[in-house]
Amino acid sequence: MYASLTLPGDLAGEFELLQRQMDQLFGHGASPSSIRASQRGAFPPINMGTSPEAVEIYAFAPGVDIEKVDVSVEKGLLTIAGERNTALPEDSDKVSVFAAERFDGAFRRVVSLPDDADPTRVEARYRDGILRIVVPKRESSKPRRIEVKQSR
Amino acid sequence: MNMQRQTNNREAGAPEMRTLTPAVDILEDEGGITVKADLPGVARNDLTIRVDGDTLTVEGAMSLGEAPNLGAVYAEVRLAHFRRSFVLSRDLDTERIDAALKDGVLTLSVPKLEKAKPRRVAVRPE
Repeated sequence: MYASLTLPGDLAGEFELLQRQMDQLFGHGASPSSIRASQRGAFPPINMGTSPEAVEIYAFAPGVDIEKVDVSVEKGLLTIAGERNTALPEDSDKVSVFAAERFDGAFRRVVSLPDDADPTRVEARYRDGILRIVVPKRESSKPRRIEVKQSR
Repeated sequence: MNMQRQTNNREAGAPEMRTLTPAVDILEDEGGITVKADLPGVARNDLTIRVDGDTLTVEGAMSLGEAPNLGAVYAEVRLAHFRRSFVLSRDLDTERIDAALKDGVLTLSVPKLEKAKPRRVAVRPE
């Protein structure tokens, strides 16, 4: 989604734009991927991590009206759906638009949660444009130490 | 109007850091240039906007606020720093740049120099 090359300056930005355009033209490519994986460049980009206590999902969605974002969990699938309006005007004789790289429009991302995630205790927070969703793991599935008793 | 991306001039001795290039919208109207950049996870304290001659550089560090023992499962965003530079044309007033950050979106307004704004010229009657 983002350029991460070490090319000097914004040559990286140029390549990233080219890559995005190529992806849009040619789609996902030949290799199979998760059945719910979306095209490169999907908005918002998502990172997912786990700890022994919870599963955490980060959606990078700056400038979104969070009241209108729908976060839901059903059958082990977490869905983040909403809309971003960049309020970018059309080119006219008063306004020239030189770059329109930011995503504008409706979005929907779906991730599957592991079996030990407890969907009844989901918490979501939006700060500085990142939507952070924490799904605690079921108590019963947390790692438990089993003490082995020596038998004589 | 001439607004292009600038090659970063690395300071001598500074390590080259891999950075994300934030998506931007750029528009120009009679008053000047407006740039909106997506910088998710960047708080005001972690944002640096520099003007060096005619080059404007925006840099920001992303903070997720994640738990320290979090192990990554899936990552579409793999770096935690943003950087992007722009060369500003001479009709822009680099001393009066206005910057606002809200919900991870940086809005920069760079006004035109007064003398560069469109003006009508009165014609003297002869």
